[in-house]
Amino acid sequence: MSGTGGKGHLSAIALVAPLFLFIAVFFLWPLGTMMSQAVSDTAVLRILPQTAKVAASWDPETPPTAEMKDALAADLRAADDRQAVGDMTRRLNSAQPGFRTLMSRTTRALRKDDAPPLSEIDERWDDPRFWQAITGALSPTTDRYLLAAVDLERDVSGNIVAMPEEASANRDIMIRTFWIGALVTLACLAIGFPYAMLIASTEGWKRQLLLGAVLLPLWTSLLVRTAAWFIILQDNGLINAVITGLGISSEPLALIFNRTGVVIAMTHVLLPLMVLPIYSVLISIPGNLMPAAASLGANPLRAFVRVLLPLSLRGVASGSLLVFMTAIGYYITPALIGGAGDQMISSVIAFYATGSANWGMAGALGIVLLVVTLLLYAVYGRLSAAEERRS
Amino acid sequence: MKMKNWLAMTALAAVAGFSATTANARDLTVVSWGGTYQDAQREIYFKPFAEKAGKPLLDEAWNGGYGVLQAKVKAGAPNWDVVQVEAEELELGCGDGLFEYIDWDRLGGEDKFLESAVHDCGVGAIVWSTAIAYDADKLPDGGPASWSDFWDTEKFPGKRSLRKGPKYTLEFALLADGVDKDEIYDVLATPEGIDRAFAKLEEIRDDVVWWEAGAQPLQFLASGEVAMASAYNGRITGINRTEDRNFKVVWPGSIYAVDSWVILKDAENRDAGMDFIAFASEPENQKKLPEYVAYGLPNNEAAKMVSDAQKAELPTTEENLTDAIALDVDFWIDNSEALTERFNAWLAQ
Amino acid sequence: MSELRIRFDRVTKCFGSLCVVDDLELDIAKGEFVSLLGPSGSGKTTLLMMLAGFERPTKGRILVDGAVVDTTPTYKRDMGVVFQNYALFPHMSVGDNIAFPLQMRGVGKAEIAERVARALDMVQLSALADRWPAQLSGGQQQRVALARALVFEPRVVLMDEPLGALDKNLREQMQLDIRALHNRLGLTIVFVTHDQSEALTMSDRIAVFNKGKIEQIGTPREIYDHPQTRFVANFIGETNLLEGTVAGRSADGLRVRLANGAELTASASDNYTPGENVLVSIRPERIRLDALHGGDNQFTAKVADSVYQGNHLRIQLDEQAHDFVIHLDRKAEQHAPGADVTARFQPDDCWVIRP
Repeated sequence: MSGTGGKGHLSAIALVAPLFLFIAVFFLWPLGTMMSQAVSDTAVLRILPQTAKVAASWDPETPPTAEMKDALAADLRAADDRQAVGDMTRRLNSAQPGFRTLMSRTTRALRKDDAPPLSEIDERWDDPRFWQAITGALSPTTDRYLLAAVDLERDVSGNIVAMPEEASANRDIMIRTFWIGALVTLACLAIGFPYAMLIASTEGWKRQLLLGAVLLPLWTSLLVRTAAWFIILQDNGLINAVITGLGISSEPLALIFNRTGVVIAMTHVLLPLMVLPIYSVLISIPGNLMPAAASLGANPLRAFVRVLLPLSLRGVASGSLLVFMTAIGYYITPALIGGAGDQMISSVIAFYATGSANWGMAGALGIVLLVVTLLLYAVYGRLSAAEERRS
Repeated sequence: MKMKNWLAMTALAAVAGFSATTANARDLTVVSWGGTYQDAQREIYFKPFAEKAGKPLLDEAWNGGYGVLQAKVKAGAPNWDVVQVEAEELELGCGDGLFEYIDWDRLGGEDKFLESAVHDCGVGAIVWSTAIAYDADKLPDGGPASWSDFWDTEKFPGKRSLRKGPKYTLEFALLADGVDKDEIYDVLATPEGIDRAFAKLEEIRDDVVWWEAGAQPLQFLASGEVAMASAYNGRITGINRTEDRNFKVVWPGSIYAVDSWVILKDAENRDAGMDFIAFASEPENQKKLPEYVAYGLPNNEAAKMVSDAQKAELPTTEENLTDAIALDVDFWIDNSEALTERFNAWLAQ
Repeated sequence: MSELRIRFDRVTKCFGSLCVVDDLELDIAKGEFVSLLGPSGSGKTTLLMMLAGFERPTKGRILVDGAVVDTTPTYKRDMGVVFQNYALFPHMSVGDNIAFPLQMRGVGKAEIAERVARALDMVQLSALADRWPAQLSGGQQQRVALARALVFEPRVVLMDEPLGALDKNLREQMQLDIRALHNRLGLTIVFVTHDQSEALTMSDRIAVFNKGKIEQIGTPREIYDHPQTRFVANFIGETNLLEGTVAGRSADGLRVRLANGAELTASASDNYTPGENVLVSIRPERIRLDALHGGDNQFTAKVADSVYQGNHLRIQLDEQAHDFVIHLDRKAEQHAPGADVTARFQPDDCWVIRP
């Protein structure tokens, strides 16, 4: 008995191992890499070890010294990995715009044997701001990305201060992202719950049809769905044609390039994620509970509030969680249907990742999203644990 | 026992599969901007080259993004060989060592090309322009002639569409504010100039529909959503041809730039890639492009072979070029990130 | 009969072309315990559902205390329903389940607490008020359901096979408990079951359902001793049915000639005319096995099989005695298969039915 148990244990591990491996390789490892990108800051230190030594004693309020310039020139001459130099330049340019051209001009000039001193190659080398960018990037780890993700930065003396208002709006965009996510979740709930009840109350081909109708969007490409909404919502689109045609309003309603359009389109796209969990909970609720409530004197509304709603809360919670988490990651729909004020945090992340290759910033914003998501998940976990204790 | 065998077989098969894919040579992969532009390239470059070389050529589309290229090269053994990139990506990637150097001798020498099409790491593929587009059928009494007209919502009522990003948009705002076209980048290089550009944008904030994909502004124009838009010139003439529209391009104040072919560092088919770039740069092949899309040709000889009718639509034609502005690549590689942050912050207000 | 509580007035219920209740009439008095007994699909549950308000009659009316209730929604009908699978609310404690109908009626908190305690006491579950339903056994859940259906003192208590999921001992205990509650509280109970012994045990009257109609309604004794149709005779208990024709009348009862020419005397309620085809029902426990006696109402036969069934001995006779099944006292002498016997029965125990 114990022998077969041991074998069963082993083969269970063998069966689960590929999944673990898969998760580790395709999920945990990239996630860890992204997160370490957000705090690791070795790009400059790797290329400029001598400069780091010399600049340690430099007062950032004073002009750069000749030793620092010599050390930098020596470091740059010694650097032979073009991609590593590129990483350093990108890091410095992100702290101080202008480093791109400054660096490429400098490295090109330094390739010649009789290169002039740095100040002659480019006068920006006399500007302490560029050197502050270098000395600010010499620690192997940094919190600047994480701070910048919430619109904070360190001033010259190292104190955490708010960024100037016009420089960055990550916090606003983040709050907006959660707000849109919440709106979409509510809209999905308002439509999804009655719809799930409708599906659960039907049988046979009608149920299949209703399920199919809600699943269909899952099988079409996001882009196609979004484009379809564009056509429907625009000023001379389907909805406005009906509204003006019926004389409800002489002016077309503003349904596109604003929050309304984004919420409508995202709600449609994400509705299945709300309907399916609620539906699966609803069909597991014994069919005689609502009649029982009615027979005990509960009118339909009270029966719903006291019996059906509490019993389907787990479905509502997981549906809301799914919709919200997916919604805050949305990118294409707000970009195509939304207006200027509807940009969500994902498009900012996408800009940093693919647009400017600032993986640190992308990782930091990703971490903020991840933390919020995990917090939500913890709340959900507590909710469902409370539910679990009853049965 | 059976289970063990099965696991071992699966593992073996997996390993064999992996090694097979790595051992199999990948076909030359060329990546461009997709859409009708890539359809044209397929006809005049990709198919003929594959026939000539006797080997298949894969083509893929991308949407730009320096991070994409960087990620591919850093990961090692990139699965793309030749990519068409924008000027900043060329400059950045060349500095960061993401691209192979170009063997200009195989292209017949640097002097055969426009000056702006020659680079250590890239060969110009097209010259294209971002300009005001409007529907002449909807504005029969004459459309906008300048960026000040674009900003004038009383003279030309209706929404506008601009690219959601600081590039071009800030330049256009300064032009609308009366800055001379030759001083645009000098003004933009100062903090006051940037404030000035954003202040000008603020004037039409509520009238702007922002676009992100190149096809969007023309969709907006076609549906009547906006009265005028900034758009890529090739797309404007393209939609005139395919959908029989009467969209006009306003050349003065347009900004032109060069897209280039590059070869990703350590790409498997870099030799074949170089052959392809040479093929796509031959005047006989390149001259066919304006028949499909109205982009300027970097090969001087090819440019001469284009018919007069087509010439009128190209950004490189003398009268279209006179009042146009060349994109300042250096400015944007230095400032793109900071200005995009500021632009996003401004949008979010 | 005492005061009328419920009347089904020519009620018909059809689902599409299938009518599961067909032009049915039934009166139930206040304080009466009526069982609706029948095989599944006979319409008994549908009738209950119509009474509870979950279904509307296709035709006809249902009256409660003289008022038509067809348009009254369930929650206003004031009927306690005990469901087959208890239908306890899994997210409420036992106490909250029982408090639910009182809360719906706006009863004050203190009174709710008191009445819940009393209801729990009544079903002997006072110690379990704070448990979740899932922590209770089937019998305990059934008691909670019962307490919940009774706590608000409804006009009528409807029970839809409430004991079907319990094991035999528990079921029999619950039958007696419910019967006792009925007697103590003077409840009007409509009880749906397909278990004839349950119906016999509990009911004041039994309505036997078949194919949407009531075949017979009466006290358990009437139903058992004097079935009016072959269906009722077969459905209630075990019986031996013999086909025959009416030969005439004698002082003891009706003379019936069987197919093999033998004649017997049976009791009958109706007027039967000679030559009419009839069935004779003889309950197995009313037949004796004796030595040859001489006289009426007896067959000699061989024992085909003999089975000891605990509380009785089941004897199967051969075809000479029409394959009779006989229940004998468990202490009766063994009759080995093949033994020659005489089966004998009183005319009072032979009941004539129209086929």
